Amino acid sequence: MASTTALTGKKHIWDGGAEPYGASYGKLMMWFFLLSDAFTFSALLLAYAALRFSAPSWPVPDDVFASIPFVHGNHYPLVFVGIMTFILIASSVTMVLAVEAGHRGAKNEVVKWMIWTIVGGIAFLGCQAWEWTHLHHDGAWWGSNPFLNADGTPGMVNFTNLFFTITGFHGFHVFSGVLINVIVLFMTMNGVFDRRGTYETIEKVGLYWHFVDLVWVFVFTFFYLI
Amino acid sequence: MSHETASFQKKDIMRVFWVLTAITAVEFIIALAIPSSFMSKDIKNFMYIALTILKAFYIVAYFMHLKFEKINLIYSILLPLVFIIGVIAALMNESNYWSIVR
Repeated sequence: MASTTALTGKKHIWDGGAEPYGASYGKLMMWFFLLSDAFTFSALLLAYAALRFSAPSWPVPDDVFASIPFVHGNHYPLVFVGIMTFILIASSVTMVLAVEAGHRGAKNEVVKWMIWTIVGGIAFLGCQAWEWTHLHHDGAWWGSNPFLNADGTPGMVNFTNLFFTITGFHGFHVFSGVLINVIVLFMTMNGVFDRRGTYETIEKVGLYWHFVDLVWVFVFTFFYLI
Repeated sequence: MSHETASFQKKDIMRVFWVLTAITAVEFIIALAIPSSFMSKDIKNFMYIALTILKAFYIVAYFMHLKFEKINLIYSILLPLVFIIGVIAALMNESNYWSIVR
């Protein structure tokens, strides 16, 4: 080894101690997990796209998703889902602020921003629960679609099947994200990361949380806008 | 650690937040304020997807910090996504066939 070093004039790359990715094992594995999760969501969204664009007609999102809580008999297309999008983006921001505070080792700030992130996640889940309940009252569920197509013909159950499957799978991700955030919040409050000397766990959890936000950006576009 | 803190600070975080909010606002304006006689549904859909990819770039590059990682890590995450383009091509072909046989 010494001769190799002498010959090349620098440390040999296969001798160990090098970090080709410049990231810890845990962070790298979180990235690869998210990549695989991205493929799962892509498969769902692309199945949705294929079924939708092969259908002769499709319900109009502006008519289906036009209700907001506590306001009855009015037409407010996209308003509620806009609020949900804003909540999720805002909770992503508070998560970055928690990571940033973690870099400085500011425990109290991490706790503060983690709590706000959890509040945002719970608010989003509450909105989604309300929307699901509302659609269910209208008669929409897996296997039943009360909404008419744009051309006035009865809608295919593909519409509701895909909507509840994809937003449900995303909501499940948000739910597990909130759960992980709560665990990490308690670990922070107990001083686990201070003892470890690094707040990198906040970064890993943050990656997962931003991914949930990222998926929502696509779900929002494909279900509510297009 | 100190390098990362220097590269992405609170004011940068808020800047990205406002960019994301502004892009979403533009999507709403396209959806609600622009009549379909002025802009066809196809052009609108194209703009939604373009703006969505732009938003995805900001989230992945800045919030997920990928822009500041080593180039090896960036390629490991981004290059496999090429397969998704393959699935898009396959399913466009397939859904075209379904709509013919329906």
